Amino acid sequence: MLKAENVTVRYGDHTIVDHLSFHLQEGQWLMLAGPNGAGKSTLIHAVSQGAPYTGSITLADKDIRRYKPAHLAQKIGVLAQKNNVGYSYTVEEVVGLGRYAHSRGFLAGKDDDGEARVENALALTGLTELRKSNVLTLSGGELQRTFLAQVFAQDPEILILDEPANHLDLVYQKHIFSLIHEWLKIPGRAVLSVVHDLSLAKKYGTHAVLMNNGKCVSQGNINDVLTPQNLQAVYDMDVYSWMREMLGQWE
Amino acid sequence: MVFVVVLLTTMLLCICIGSVNIPLKNTLTAMWNTLWGLELPAGVSKNIILNVRLPRVINVALVGAALSLCGAAMQGLLRNPLADGSTLGVSSGASLGAVISLAFGVSIPGLEYAGTMIMAMLFAFLSLLLILSLAYVLDRSMSTNSIILIGVIFSMFTSSAMNLIITFADDHARSIAFWTMGSLSGTNYTQSAILLGTLLICGGIILRYARELNAFAVGEDNARHIGVNVKLVKLVILITVSVMIGVCVSISGTISFVGLVMPHMTRMIVGPNHKRLLASSMFSGAIFLLLADLVARTLLSPIELSIGVVTSLVGAVAFIIIFYRTRKAR
Repeated sequence: MLKAENVTVRYGDHTIVDHLSFHLQEGQWLMLAGPNGAGKSTLIHAVSQGAPYTGSITLADKDIRRYKPAHLAQKIGVLAQKNNVGYSYTVEEVVGLGRYAHSRGFLAGKDDDGEARVENALALTGLTELRKSNVLTLSGGELQRTFLAQVFAQDPEILILDEPANHLDLVYQKHIFSLIHEWLKIPGRAVLSVVHDLSLAKKYGTHAVLMNNGKCVSQGNINDVLTPQNLQAVYDMDVYSWMREMLGQWE
Repeated sequence: MVFVVVLLTTMLLCICIGSVNIPLKNTLTAMWNTLWGLELPAGVSKNIILNVRLPRVINVALVGAALSLCGAAMQGLLRNPLADGSTLGVSSGASLGAVISLAFGVSIPGLEYAGTMIMAMLFAFLSLLLILSLAYVLDRSMSTNSIILIGVIFSMFTSSAMNLIITFADDHARSIAFWTMGSLSGTNYTQSAILLGTLLICGGIILRYARELNAFAVGEDNARHIGVNVKLVKLVILITVSVMIGVCVSISGTISFVGLVMPHMTRMIVGPNHKRLLASSMFSGAIFLLLADLVARTLLSPIELSIGVVTSLVGAVAFIIIFYRTRKAR
């Protein structure tokens, strides 16, 4: 579905992403993992056309830069890491904006199932009760769910998530990841996400790209990538022992 | 609907009140009879109502509506409640053009004031071209921050240039100073037609982009993610706002605070959704400027104050109160 080849992102003299390639296929949940500053979010930024890059990114074998913005938004939905709303919109209004690509302009016609999709997105993310709330009064987790609901309302084929568990407590982490897991079961869909929590990556991811200093260290099936050796090389610590030690606290 | 009723009432009030007060009945009779080509009864002054007050009131309302609409659009586009038409620097550019015209006597034979008007519009357009080109060179994505930064710097530059011109244009200093503070006295129906045409075309374009402005107001990255063509929308809105500002400045001089305060106050009443906010801001801007003009004409009558002096005084106080209350509510 989505193919990146030799993608390089430079800011001035700094190379943030260095000749990175991956191929996201239908039904996959590709996790971008790696330490802070590895270039994961920048790579996602480039894929969502928010950062200039060299190399090629194609969607259904067509250069992603040749898609019109609204057409691209029908194919790819993005949940950013940080979302700060400027004014006091209601939750419903922000989620409703997710339908923009489906009902744009005079010639686009009526967005018949738009309202139903917004309703469904609000219900899925547990926001029905908060639909009339001012987004400026929401907690970080509620705001994150609002933008996730917007992406669900957008109804894309590929979800791109930059730290979707950001600001979410354990209950909603489980809830949201399970939701995305269910969403992915419908044919023709795929997910690309950045996660810091390697346990979440291992539980939900099907594939992974492990990054360090902008470069790909390893990629493939999740269990072949997140090995003790690879993680030791990237994080410079025994990640497996640390995870076991942490979990041991609960026994 | 409430806005329409208040606007019409305010317009009537502004026609009736002035250095010479005219009874409401006479005002309505004069307008009605003229409209249908009927004879005016004795004692009804057609000249003051139809040739002095009515064009002025219409122009004040149109300028107020346009400035407020520009402010609402800019505050949404730049996601900044402190933005208005002047943030872009186009307003200062237009003022510089008009000041050059007044100081050096640029004029077009047979067309009174057309020199100032054309120079203001030309400089507004050139300013926009310069600001957008500089923003593009600085940052290819033309980020909002780059545009604001260049706009502010450009405004400072034009302000210095204007002061320099005023220093060397002693003879015209008074008329320039009065003009830079804004005034709509002596405006005519031709200017009303220009303002109305501009507001219909440019206002229509901006109203058409209400959904996109909502997306920008939520966040520019989010706007791109949901499929808004951010570069194109930004360019269209900026150019449209510049045209409106250029036309307004060329007719009324610089009138500050309308575009800043009125969208802000309107947002507190109708909410941030641009589908309601844009149209409501036009009405509230028109009403505010009509009342400001009324105060400017009548407060120290027969001396007439500049409308910009009134809007700045009232606007600054109103803005501080709004800011204080908003902060306190948090």
